[in-house]
Amino acid sequence: MDSVFFDTYIWPALIVTAHSLAIILALLVSLAFFMLADRKIWAAAQLRKGPTMVGPFGLLQSFADILKYLLKEVIIPTTANKPVFILAPFVTMFLALSGWAVIPVSEGWAVADINVGILYIFAISSLGVYGVIMGGWASNSKYPFLGALRSAAQMVSYEVSIGLVIITVLLCVGSLNLTDIVLAQETVWFAVPLFPMFVVFFISALAETNRPPFDLPEDESALVAGFMTEYSSTLYVVFMIGELANIVLMCAMCTILFLGGWLPPVDIAPFNWVPGVVWFILKMGLMFFMFAMTKVIVPRYRYDQLMRLGWKVFLPLSLGWVVLTAGFLQYFGMAS
Amino acid sequence: MTLTSLAFYLFATVAVASSFMVISSRNPVYSVLFLILTFFNAAGLFVLLGAEFLALILVVVYVGAVAVLFLFVVMMLDIDFAELSEGFLQYMPIGATVGLILLLELLLVFGASSTLIDTKPLPQATPDGMTNAEALGRVLYTDYIYFFQAAGAILLVAMIGAIVLTLVPSNNPKKQNIAAQTARTRDDAVETVDVEPGQGI
Repeated sequence: MDSVFFDTYIWPALIVTAHSLAIILALLVSLAFFMLADRKIWAAAQLRKGPTMVGPFGLLQSFADILKYLLKEVIIPTTANKPVFILAPFVTMFLALSGWAVIPVSEGWAVADINVGILYIFAISSLGVYGVIMGGWASNSKYPFLGALRSAAQMVSYEVSIGLVIITVLLCVGSLNLTDIVLAQETVWFAVPLFPMFVVFFISALAETNRPPFDLPEDESALVAGFMTEYSSTLYVVFMIGELANIVLMCAMCTILFLGGWLPPVDIAPFNWVPGVVWFILKMGLMFFMFAMTKVIVPRYRYDQLMRLGWKVFLPLSLGWVVLTAGFLQYFGMAS
Repeated sequence: MTLTSLAFYLFATVAVASSFMVISSRNPVYSVLFLILTFFNAAGLFVLLGAEFLALILVVVYVGAVAVLFLFVVMMLDIDFAELSEGFLQYMPIGATVGLILLLELLLVFGASSTLIDTKPLPQATPDGMTNAEALGRVLYTDYIYFFQAAGAILLVAMIGAIVLTLVPSNNPKKQNIAAQTARTRDDAVETVDVEPGQGI
């Protein structure tokens, strides 16, 4: 074998594949525990115990659930558009997992540390809507279709404010690289000076991932189960994994943009002994806890309230903040 | 053949094939889905050229927003396929003429390019020591700032125009008074009434 060819193409490809497999495996296993954490938090807030039977403290509940879903018969409605129906959940899962390619969990730990990392994540998260639309349309049934339409309008609306929040952060950093964004927060996390944007981003992330209180695409009291109504067994669990992976991706985004990524809260002795990846996971866990608590505490929005919040409150607020930040940075000569 | 040119042929082939499918598939939803595939491959070609910023903007704007709106509209269409193919013969001569002229022009350009145009090595995508976004930003916001602002103003006017043209004032506007909704307290919404048995309120 030509060793130059091997060194330039085959070996890097093998390394990247190994990296990707490692991160996907770690992600999928952690998703099972995130799912369980979600249910446990929900239960605790309602003075229940949540899943307790499978494994110690119910720790293996999610694995049991996934196994059960995988063993069930796949039912595809006769009038459904078969190729698109099957494609939709895989689009959702594939997109959610591919976002993780650029997330730096610790310094230099990203699979691909690309220059336009933040744009890549933004693009990936804005494509998440396709899984929902395709699933809803291909089901060829009323409620899934309505769910898909709601989701399309909702996700496009909240993407606007997410984009503007990202621009605000980028103005302060001067780079689109995720590692640079984290390193720029060494003195102070962006959650402090940009606190209103942090709140806007958090709420928009809820809407973008169809989480309660914005889970109108799968609003069970009005739309049965929204775009997922006709899905069962394996296809359903693929959809669920995709949605959860998207939620965790958004938690990671919050961590990177506002909570200083892998950096310790204060750079002094006991804190900076802890490896960066531990801080990253802790912060992500904190964000996920907030996602879960929102689901418990906040009642579901009405659709017109959702649209009003997106277009009439968040859009002007985030746009104004972009102008304010740009003006501030320019006036005090901190623009980079 | 390097890996780059292999990737180029892959992206180019899929782009051409899927754009052919856009116009040839019977189901308009399939057309939009193939259009999205075309956009993705175009983005891949941009990445190969070293224009990764442009590639991702293409995905964000066209795939993430424009194609969603296309899909949104197309999904709600109730299309009669028999009626669609009815006008085919009627419009074919016009379409064929336009296509033929385009083909001839393309052939002329390709034929002339070998003699008329002196081929130079491809210019660099970005000046040295500058990222993609920086180079683009410099061109848009520094060199051509007035043209950029003019384009923005035109878009704004077009947007306002579209809203004005399509907004039909309703004589029964179902407006929500959000201030009144949020200002409601328990005191003015709930009242405790002592109901006598058999009396009602």
